Amino acid sequence: MFEFLKNLDRRWVFLLMMLSVAIPIIVIDWLGLSLPEKPSELARNVFDEIDQLNEGDKVLLSFDFDPASEGELGPMATSFVHHCAEKKLKMYFMALWPVGPQMIDDSIDRVIDQYYDDLVYGEDFVNLGFKSGGEGVIKVIVTNLRELYTTDDKGTAIDDIPMMEGVRNIRQMDLIVNVSAGSAGTKEWVQYAATPFPDDIRIVGGCTGVQAPLLYPYIPEQLPGLLGAIKGAAEYEKLVNDAYEPDPDNPRPVFTEGLRRMGPQLVAHLLIILLIVVANIIYFVERAKGGER
Amino acid sequence: MKTERIVWIIILVIAGAFLLYRASTGQLGRVYVEGTLNDFVVDYSDPDNPGGTVGKHDARVLTVDEASEEGVAIPEVGQPNRYQWWSYKEQSAKEFWQETGVIAVEPESGADPDAANSAAGEGAESAAGTGAASTPAAAAVPQMEYKLSIGRTAGLWAAALFTLAIFSFLYRDNPFYKTAESIVVGVSAAYWMVVGFWTVIIPNLVGRLLPAMVKGWSMPGIEPDFEWTYLFPLILGIMLLMRLSPKGSWISRWPLAFIIGTTAGFRMITFIHADFLSQIRNGIKPLYVPQYTDAGQVAASATFWASLENVLLLIGVLSCLVYFFFSIEHKGIVGKTAKLGIWFLMVTFGAAFGYTVMGRIALLAIRLEFLFDDWLWLIDPKDLHTLTSAATGGG
Repeated sequence: MFEFLKNLDRRWVFLLMMLSVAIPIIVIDWLGLSLPEKPSELARNVFDEIDQLNEGDKVLLSFDFDPASEGELGPMATSFVHHCAEKKLKMYFMALWPVGPQMIDDSIDRVIDQYYDDLVYGEDFVNLGFKSGGEGVIKVIVTNLRELYTTDDKGTAIDDIPMMEGVRNIRQMDLIVNVSAGSAGTKEWVQYAATPFPDDIRIVGGCTGVQAPLLYPYIPEQLPGLLGAIKGAAEYEKLVNDAYEPDPDNPRPVFTEGLRRMGPQLVAHLLIILLIVVANIIYFVERAKGGER
Repeated sequence: MKTERIVWIIILVIAGAFLLYRASTGQLGRVYVEGTLNDFVVDYSDPDNPGGTVGKHDARVLTVDEASEEGVAIPEVGQPNRYQWWSYKEQSAKEFWQETGVIAVEPESGADPDAANSAAGEGAESAAGTGAASTPAAAAVPQMEYKLSIGRTAGLWAAALFTLAIFSFLYRDNPFYKTAESIVVGVSAAYWMVVGFWTVIIPNLVGRLLPAMVKGWSMPGIEPDFEWTYLFPLILGIMLLMRLSPKGSWISRWPLAFIIGTTAGFRMITFIHADFLSQIRNGIKPLYVPQYTDAGQVAASATFWASLENVLLLIGVLSCLVYFFFSIEHKGIVGKTAKLGIWFLMVTFGAAFGYTVMGRIALLAIRLEFLFDDWLWLIDPKDLHTLTSAATGGG
């Protein structure tokens, strides 16, 4: 056994990892289980920033991610739209990533079209689409949105969209919500929007696990709240569901994607911890034997 | 035959048998759509001049219902100025079964269940023999149809098979993985180019230089004025493309120098502001952070932990800075502080590693969810395609 573990083919690790994620997904679905979630202060800050807004306030939602990170960021994007729709906020969607508009359409389809069909496109929400240029786009639209956005994602003139009336730049937004998978993303929004205009622009974000440690230095002064990876998404889902779902103990499935994915996370993390412990035991036993280090 | 090959043959046979079984029961990767008939009339009549006509830019586009209400002549289907097309929206298998009467309609809370089921039965009758349900073209009700989408189903299967092809790399490099990888790279490059063309070059450059042409040709919504300053980006862009010319490639260095210069200046200011100065300011925190109870008393425990947080922050920042300060040899107190800095860095790297693992597991989970839910219909977290005996209503 020791020799087997010592020379373990990495493909066994891959197989174990696959099973540790696959089995909980199936079991959780078949048994209808869910793990308890206790929201952290960061998730609560994100929730509070949106929750303190009033009906009709303007929120810019920049979905800067693509299908490659949809698993991590899709649930929090859904919850952001859910929360904004419940609060009846004016939602201005945009994207700094080329596939962002599709992610926006997905969220609109999953949330607004399904559950908030009283919201009207152009009056309650608008998809401004993608513009290339990354941080350059942010730099321009903090002073003049219409310089870059002449039409929405569907090609409708900005001036023909009722909720765009009087909107000259994103400093008029009451809050910016960013969901980001990399650059351009939350870091650039903090650097080019929140930091130069601290009195006008407030940003909360959700990001991938890879990005989260790089964004912590901006908390809380430059970035009041941050959802880190699927854990942050699950915590935020819990807060929004508790506050707004008709039956908080049995929320609608589309709003529990993050919570559902915490089961596979738990088992997979336990497996990784186990593998690290086993690898270290093998290492120390080998060292005690005087073997190769 | 090698044992390994036998194992793989067994696995593939089992997987194939499972797929065949699921396919035979109809419980496997299908995409259904709900189609809506769009029916429009283009009205060229001039409202200010009875009997007169207007040009194509001033013509009105009306739905058939609107045209009917306004008394506008409605041409026959297929005739000029009458435009019809179907637009399709994905719907769940359960919605499809309900619309076509395979299962009973779930009544909304407070609704009469008998009435709902009777409506489902009517839908089934109209769908009989065609697999699609259509309602007649009533005055204000758009025509609808519900059907299996061959194209979207093929897309779903392609997505599932490409996912498996990419996963196969975990075993070893192979032609399936190479094919999937090449397709991803090719599709991504083409997608970026097309999106960049239609979202930036056309509306923001050509639309500014030739607004009338762009409005008439591709974007009737835009109303920009001619802006001559956009000639500069046009010229710079053309110069950049000279990189493709063997003799004129040096010309591309000028716009490149412009890009590098502006980006460097742009970022330098931002980093000094957002990362350097702001981080110094964010790092200056009180070491004693009193926390109070509701009665106004200092809460000792909460105060201790809040203060400890800031003390640790200060120690962490200083020790890490000392570690990266190489002008003094890391000996004595400086060496010990630097060593402490290494510990803080290790904790940071560990946290980053943990977050990365969490992210990667989430990505694996979504792919497996896609395979189990959308493709194999093994799970149904959103209750979209489970056909239970309790749900069937006699269809």
